[in-house]
Amino acid sequence: MRRSMLFLPGNSPNMLLNANILGSDSVILDLEDAVAPTEKDSARILVRNAIKSMGYTKEVIVRINPIDSPYWEKDLQTIVPIQPDMIMPTKVSGAKDIQIIADYITKLEEELGLEVGKIKLMPLIETALGVERAFDIASADPRVTCIFLGGEDFTADMRCVRTKPGNEIFYARSRMVVAARAAGVDVMDTPWTDVEDIDGLIEDAKLAKSLGFSGKASISPRHVAGINEVFSPTEAEIQYAKDVMETNEKAKAEGKGVVSLRGKMIDAPIVNRARQVLEAAEAIKGGR
Amino acid sequence: MSKLVKSIKEAIQLAGLKDGMTISFHHHLRNGDMVAVMVMDAICELGIKDMNVNISSVFDTHGPFIEYIRDGVITGIETDYMGGVVGRAVSEGIMDKPVTFRTHGGRPSDIIRGASPIDVAFIAAPTADCMGNCTGKIGKSACGSLGYAFADAMYAKKSIVITDNLVEYPLIDYSIAENYIDYVVAVDKIGEPSGIVSGTTKITKDPVGLVIADYAARAIDASGLLKDGFSFQTGAGGASLAAAKYLKDIMMKKNIKGSYGLGGITAYMVDMLNSGCFKALYDVQCFDLDAVRSIRENPNHMEVTAAHYASPTAKSSAVDSLDVVILGATEIDTDFNVNVHTDSNGYIMGGSGGHSDTAAGAKMSMIVAPLSRARLPIVVDKVLCKSTPGSTVDVLVTQRGIAVNPLRADLADRFKDAGLPVYDIHDLKAMAEQLNGTPKKPVLGDKIVANVLYRDGTLLDTIKNVPVK
Repeated sequence: MRRSMLFLPGNSPNMLLNANILGSDSVILDLEDAVAPTEKDSARILVRNAIKSMGYTKEVIVRINPIDSPYWEKDLQTIVPIQPDMIMPTKVSGAKDIQIIADYITKLEEELGLEVGKIKLMPLIETALGVERAFDIASADPRVTCIFLGGEDFTADMRCVRTKPGNEIFYARSRMVVAARAAGVDVMDTPWTDVEDIDGLIEDAKLAKSLGFSGKASISPRHVAGINEVFSPTEAEIQYAKDVMETNEKAKAEGKGVVSLRGKMIDAPIVNRARQVLEAAEAIKGGR
Repeated sequence: MSKLVKSIKEAIQLAGLKDGMTISFHHHLRNGDMVAVMVMDAICELGIKDMNVNISSVFDTHGPFIEYIRDGVITGIETDYMGGVVGRAVSEGIMDKPVTFRTHGGRPSDIIRGASPIDVAFIAAPTADCMGNCTGKIGKSACGSLGYAFADAMYAKKSIVITDNLVEYPLIDYSIAENYIDYVVAVDKIGEPSGIVSGTTKITKDPVGLVIADYAARAIDASGLLKDGFSFQTGAGGASLAAAKYLKDIMMKKNIKGSYGLGGITAYMVDMLNSGCFKALYDVQCFDLDAVRSIRENPNHMEVTAAHYASPTAKSSAVDSLDVVILGATEIDTDFNVNVHTDSNGYIMGGSGGHSDTAAGAKMSMIVAPLSRARLPIVVDKVLCKSTPGSTVDVLVTQRGIAVNPLRADLADRFKDAGLPVYDIHDLKAMAEQLNGTPKKPVLGDKIVANVLYRDGTLLDTIKNVPVK
């Protein structure tokens, strides 16, 4: 269940201390843009120690520096030994980038005697080339279980202005979702950047959900609740899912092959979808 | 006839103030108050000494009290709250006689039943007429409610109104009536507006404070108390205000019509009144300009006296009908006793105010606090000062989870059913210590610098001096 994932700067002890309680399903401990070049070393050590000692129960993702920077190998050398759930490579523009990073992680895992392949990858796709190759990236390595659109860098690369309605990233969003679903992986939407505009955030999250995104990233703890709400099943959806499961069970018990509910045929995909909704509802009981 | 006299000095002389007497002040002008120091200056110039000062709260603006204590002009202080400036001096042992701390309900109770008699009350009044009818709702120094001043005006042997807005008799919509007032003095300025009330109080942006507020609002929702007729009080602190905002969202969504909001009133409570969450506000003290405007303009926003608010010896008081109160804490121990008097080094920097009154009265009293502050765990084995007894504290809400007093197993069950993270308070303490380590206890001296009285007048705890290095 990854409705929301919250960016936290890797060099902020207070944020790392409270990462687990800010309500997001995943936390992204950032070694890249939030951390100045002079702070890269301290951020790596802080993030490593926080993961080691804080007992995070949320999914932990570490965002590393891009492979054309001098930092990414050191990032992985420091972070791989403590096995976060995921690594987020940045400025990924093709399957080759993923292969380089996956191979480097495998080498480190083998050297350290760790389970190979346990650490998953969520490539951040934020260039025109990356979007065009989204399917290749999503299917480049079994470690890739999700892809993530970065709207800010993408629009800079596209030489257009990032706007609140987001028409300029509509194609990229759609292309990313299709690529992810074709490759059988999840897909996360770009963050909403106006911290104060919660109504705008909700509309943007609803749009992302309608396009098929699995969830949305956030740069502010104040956006998390809204994102979670949009990407959670509604009470009506939960009730419908319960009815579907009940009808299906009843049909099975009675030995019927095909049944209908409210005039619609209940087949395997609908049952699967209902099961997903109920699992999601159970996972988010209590809301945090 | 006019009760108007030329100066504070003249009023003091006419009132017959002598060495060793008790004088009183209210704190509605908060950190902008100029009257208490103005009166002490006059008393000093008249050569009167050995004053016992009964003031509903001591703010940092009352720093000049320290000099008057050193000079023997002030020898006793009775109060409900003391800010850090005078508090530090008291903690370091500047006074021979311990300070007496009461609660906002205990103070009028003791004044009315004669346990703490007042010789001369000085009533700072943002507007008054020449016969002493006065109000806080209008005037350049408007502060809204004058709730804490009523008992003083009504029960002191002599009562003096000091105003910077003298209006023609009769003052319309007065708070305190002329039949209690002996003399009236007009001065240029009774207070500094910026210190009296803040602009609109802003909700916290601190993500940890917002998490605490979210849990607090959801716990109230789960408590079974949030239904039509709901009554509520909250503090003006960051997380408390945010909780009120979240609570309003829940009440609006569920169309719950509450009965009354109580206490020190902020813009958020006014917003809840205007949105139909409450039928009325009972206001003993206004915290911001929106509250002052509302009490002046909205007849459903009512001024209440401190005795009506919280006196334990009144025939009834508003805290007795309260469903939920949200309160703060500097420390809470594993028996749920709360300290709001001292900081973690033992220095006085607060006081009960209405803390223990509302905790005793409300059906659910809830403490909101971060699990640690400046790397010091909020949950301790034993509080440095017992301000509010644990038997009256039901719930502690932190960003890492909620602890419920074992006396309230019913609430724990409801919270768990709602999916809220409920922990034993010892586990929250362990969690804080795992993150911060276990701090050393401060070393305190043997001299008692303050006696903390419970709302019924009995001794609840004592505060010891902090040795000066």
